[in-house]
Amino acid sequence: MEFLTEFPSLGRADLSAMRRWIDGNFREFTRATGEALEAFFNPLLKFLVWFEDLLQATPWPIILLVIGGLAWLGARDWKITIGSVVAFVLIGVFGMWEDTMSTLAIISVATILCIAIGIPIGILMSRSDRMQSIITPILDVMQTIPSFVYLIPVVMLLGIGKVPGLIAVCIYAIPPIVRLTNLGIRLVDADVMEAADAFGASPRQKLFGVQVPLALPNIFAGVNQTIMMALSMVVIASMIGVQGLGVPVLRAISNQYLALGLMNGLAIVALAIIFDRVSQTYGKRLQAYRTGRGND
Amino acid sequence: MTEENIKVQIRNLYKIFGNNPKKVLPLVKDGMGKPELLDKHNHVLGIQDVSLDIPEKRIQVIMGLSGSGKSTLIRHVNRLIEPTAGEILVDGEDVMKMSDDQLRDLRRFKMSMVFQKFGLLPHRLVEENVQYGLTIQGVDESEAKKRAQHWIDRVGLSGYERHYPGQLSGGMQQRVGLARALATDAEILLMDEAFSALDPLIRFDMQSILLELQDELHKTIIFITHDLDEALRLGENIAILRDGALIQEGDAQEIVLKPADDYIADFTKDINRAKVIRLYGLATATPNGFDGPTVDGDMVLDEAMPVINEAPDRTVGVTDETGKLIGTVDLSTAIRALHA
Repeated sequence: MEFLTEFPSLGRADLSAMRRWIDGNFREFTRATGEALEAFFNPLLKFLVWFEDLLQATPWPIILLVIGGLAWLGARDWKITIGSVVAFVLIGVFGMWEDTMSTLAIISVATILCIAIGIPIGILMSRSDRMQSIITPILDVMQTIPSFVYLIPVVMLLGIGKVPGLIAVCIYAIPPIVRLTNLGIRLVDADVMEAADAFGASPRQKLFGVQVPLALPNIFAGVNQTIMMALSMVVIASMIGVQGLGVPVLRAISNQYLALGLMNGLAIVALAIIFDRVSQTYGKRLQAYRTGRGND
Repeated sequence: MTEENIKVQIRNLYKIFGNNPKKVLPLVKDGMGKPELLDKHNHVLGIQDVSLDIPEKRIQVIMGLSGSGKSTLIRHVNRLIEPTAGEILVDGEDVMKMSDDQLRDLRRFKMSMVFQKFGLLPHRLVEENVQYGLTIQGVDESEAKKRAQHWIDRVGLSGYERHYPGQLSGGMQQRVGLARALATDAEILLMDEAFSALDPLIRFDMQSILLELQDELHKTIIFITHDLDEALRLGENIAILRDGALIQEGDAQEIVLKPADDYIADFTKDINRAKVIRLYGLATATPNGFDGPTVDGDMVLDEAMPVINEAPDRTVGVTDETGKLIGTVDLSTAIRALHA
């Protein structure tokens, strides 16, 4: 009867030997490749540090101007522009300016990285069903596996610091842009594609002249989601040494500082809302032709 | 009729849709019909042994009801669809044997296409859409703009250059489609139910524009339609498809006066025969020493009836375009033709 009540699992000794074997091998792999990997990511680190220093060193009125300018360029909406500037002023008044600049830096670099890697993967995925069936489950794993689990190998390989944090953020934030690029291209009207074929368009002409432009609204929804997910990783990234708004939040959790946690948490929310509104309205403007506004 | 060059030749074309078309092809060649093929082998017979010679510089209409395979057939000409068996020759060259590059050049320079659902690029302006074929060809921008403008003017879209297709009505969108197809200067124009999505008045206008343009351009046009009136108005040659097979081919007179079977007779039942049948289709051998009045063979019965009625013996001579007598028509023949 014992067979039925107790699941016939591998023995404790076997399991621990297996885990030791995996850990040992990975540690060896870490030793062998750690330095090479670090060198590989060095340019990324330099760029991130440079960008963060730039944001920290720039006088705050100029940053406010740039934020306002970008919000206006993206959204063409006074409410959103003024709202963004006011949010940043409040962040500064409550003493969170420096942490916010650090968070802004890592979120921007992570987003750029996700776009640069995610869009080509999405395009690849849209071009063959086999690619799609391979990549989709990988994306599923990336989105559902608890972040702490992949933090372990990342920290083992690269130690604690900005780059492992960046990688952790990207692993979590890249799936939506890949998925929505793939979806956007697959949703392009078959009639339009047939017309492009009938006029002898090459695969490249079809991709850049028809598919990507028509998929842009979806791709942009993906960028928006990627930014949101990157922001939601700020606290976890701060656990492995990323500076920014996550650090005080973490401190607030361990010391039960309600006000500190709330203020920094709200600053993250403010950033998220600004990014979201600006990128969404920009995405909507990309589709002006659908509602038929002229261009004279 | 004058001597004609054959521009496009379709030879023994078969298209079967399904998992393993090659396997069931012999069955079809042995005469298995569409319903049986679908029932027993789960394959759909698209095109069944179609052979058709399409003359240069004329409008060839291919007609059939939906599901007859006409749209499938026209997509074989520029190989948007691969056939299961058969050949398509364009200027004597087999399209099926072309490499990807050759095929692309064929589509860029020799053929262009107009679609039922327009197939315009919604994110590009009207002028950019008309330039599309030229951009693909690699024509430089200012030249493309100039040539596109010419066709925009010709199809009556001046002033709409900087609109998006979504801002235009269906009829105007199809003018953009037509201008885009004409702008590449291709010799062959494929028109897949190009006017079917338009309402009747606009459709008539578009047909007029096409006929007017064809008068001076003399392109080889392959025109797909399910509308008999349209077929009779445009088609110098008409081919009729049913269940993927070609069941009759000829000019409007032959289709109306000598329908190959009941299916076609049924088709032609409701048309206004007086406005379709022309005298040359009815002319019988001239009796010796005929010296009555003569009329142009191109005249439709509707106009010819009063003339025949006034003529001595109620008989008129019929002449071809050079004025030569080709036969005579009497009143009773004319009346019978109206009630076939």
